[in-house]
Amino acid sequence: MSPLGSMRVQRWTPLSVGSVAVSVAVLVLLAFGPALFSPNVIDKLTTLFIYVLLAITWNALAGYGGLVSIGQQAFFGLGAYAAVRLTHAGMSVYPALILAAILVAAVSVPLSAFMLRLRAGEFAIGMWVVAELLHLLVNLDGLIQGETGTSLIALDAYSAVARRALTYWTALGSMTVLLVLLLVLLRSPTGAAIQAIRDSEEAAASVGVRVLTTKRVIFVVAAFGAALAGALWLSTTITFQPKTYFSVQWTAYMIFMVLVGGLGTFEGPIIGAVIFFLVGTWFGADGVWYLIGLGATALVFALFLPRGLWGWVDTRFGLRLLPVGYRVVAGREPPAVPAIQTPHIRS
Amino acid sequence: MPEAPLPDAPVLEVAGLAKRFGALVVLDDIDFAMRGDEAIGIVGPNGAGKTTFLSVIVGAHPPSRGTIRFRGADVTRMPAADRCRRGIIRTHQVPRPFSGMTVFENVFTAATSGGGAGRDEAYQRSIESLALCGMMGVANRRADTLGLLDRKRLELARALGTNPVLLLLDEIGGGLTDAEAGALVETIRELRHRGIGIVWIEHIVHVLLQVADRLICMDAGRIIADGRPDDVMADRTVIDAYLGGGAG
Ligand SMILES: Nc1ncnc2c1ncn2[C@@H]1O[C@H](COP(=O)(O)OP(=O)(O)O)[C@@H](O)[C@H]1O
Ligand SMILES: [Mg+2]
Repeated sequence: MSPLGSMRVQRWTPLSVGSVAVSVAVLVLLAFGPALFSPNVIDKLTTLFIYVLLAITWNALAGYGGLVSIGQQAFFGLGAYAAVRLTHAGMSVYPALILAAILVAAVSVPLSAFMLRLRAGEFAIGMWVVAELLHLLVNLDGLIQGETGTSLIALDAYSAVARRALTYWTALGSMTVLLVLLLVLLRSPTGAAIQAIRDSEEAAASVGVRVLTTKRVIFVVAAFGAALAGALWLSTTITFQPKTYFSVQWTAYMIFMVLVGGLGTFEGPIIGAVIFFLVGTWFGADGVWYLIGLGATALVFALFLPRGLWGWVDTRFGLRLLPVGYRVVAGREPPAVPAIQTPHIRS
Repeated sequence: MPEAPLPDAPVLEVAGLAKRFGALVVLDDIDFAMRGDEAIGIVGPNGAGKTTFLSVIVGAHPPSRGTIRFRGADVTRMPAADRCRRGIIRTHQVPRPFSGMTVFENVFTAATSGGGAGRDEAYQRSIESLALCGMMGVANRRADTLGLLDRKRLELARALGTNPVLLLLDEIGGGLTDAEAGALVETIRELRHRGIGIVWIEHIVHVLLQVADRLICMDAGRIIADGRPDDVMADRTVIDAYLGGGAG
């Protein structure tokens, strides 16, 4: 095997090793946040972690999976609602937040059987319809008292200081787990199959990708992430009003963060979440003009920088901070297995 | 997997196959069988149903009637992905690359999905497939930056990534220079040599005949001639179909 033997596939580069190391260091540092930062900063960072959670899961769904949903508030609201119900049933708050998200992920499995049969625009709108239906159903629950809503009274068991720290840690932990989960998933062959489906469903099936099963994986992960974000949001705001949680504005935020940062890149949505967070902090996340500003910005990006900030960096400089892709390079390592075997031997 | 078929048993058997799109009959009662060591050329005027024939065989479209057996098993109702995993793969006449992924990632996906390969084996097979198709130089390019010729090459490389038993090629040779066509013929011969069954739709008959040992002519959804290339090309109905169909 002359020239081929010298070709190999590179996943980690010095740059990606470095940036992963820096990311780990930052996460470790953040873990000491409650000892280091003022209460105000702790609250702000908690919000940022939830934004990151929203951005990376919507990006996984739409940017990698091609499943553009404008109804992720369905899971966001359901996650918060499930947390209310679980704590009402006597479960302690923080485990309840996690379990709520797991339950919602479980609910998303049968839901996917219907939704994933829909194509593009039908899927996008269909998810919104699902969110509206779930909103109405949750309103019927006596505990919620319709639009009046209820509170996460179980939080009263904690002092303000303990509550702030625990919420912060749960948010940080959730964000970290989702980041790692998505990195592992998107790096795996399933991650390649997910992107193949996004680019051409028919061609993906023709090369052996099991389309429905693969889409389901990303749909459920995205539902889990949104539900976790909803449950966490509940623990920061304490009150649960269905119309705030099942509002389409949550999906609008996700879209904003992902479009600005870079649809279908791993790094982009994280950057988008930070930008969204800063904009909200500086200009106040309120009012009609704020929403109009967000919409206009997202539109400008969609038109002039369709792959977002990080997509632009990627096209321009080929820079990858995280080892999601593959690169064929010339190298001296010997090939791991012999070349193509006779085709008739397969299991 | 079923037991290994007898050497002379057909790898692919199609019986009474029909396909309609609404009122339009595109495939009309097709019977066809081939062994795994054959290389078959398919010719026929535009609109004859050649592409649709491949689409139905691989499961991209369900047939309106008839059965498809592959390596002894009835695959008529089997999903496309599972047929690929059993070893049938087609290239697309209009290339359908995974445009947001690199050339290598396109082939790698095929190797891990349809080819059922583990990571290291998939790497190796992908690199080999790319080299065989002359694509190593563009392995790290995003597929949406490729020109038409490279997209067609990628169709072939990606198909090879699945380690196929039967390879169905749909006009991959159009628009090639003589030298490029010669290289393509060498590649297909090499694949045949490795024991891959070939079905190749192509308008450029002299290229096709360098590989095919059996030629089929389709017209209006039917197989109108099937046999040794010389005999088929001399067949009266074939000549008429081409003159009537206006393609060549
Ligand atoms: N998905 C489809 N829906 C409707 N008609 C189709 C479809 N695909 C192909 N056809 C029609 O079927 C006929 C045969 O097409 P095709 O199989 O592409 O022929 P060929 O490959 O021999 O040129 C054409 O008349 C074409 O318009
Ligand atoms: Mg055709």
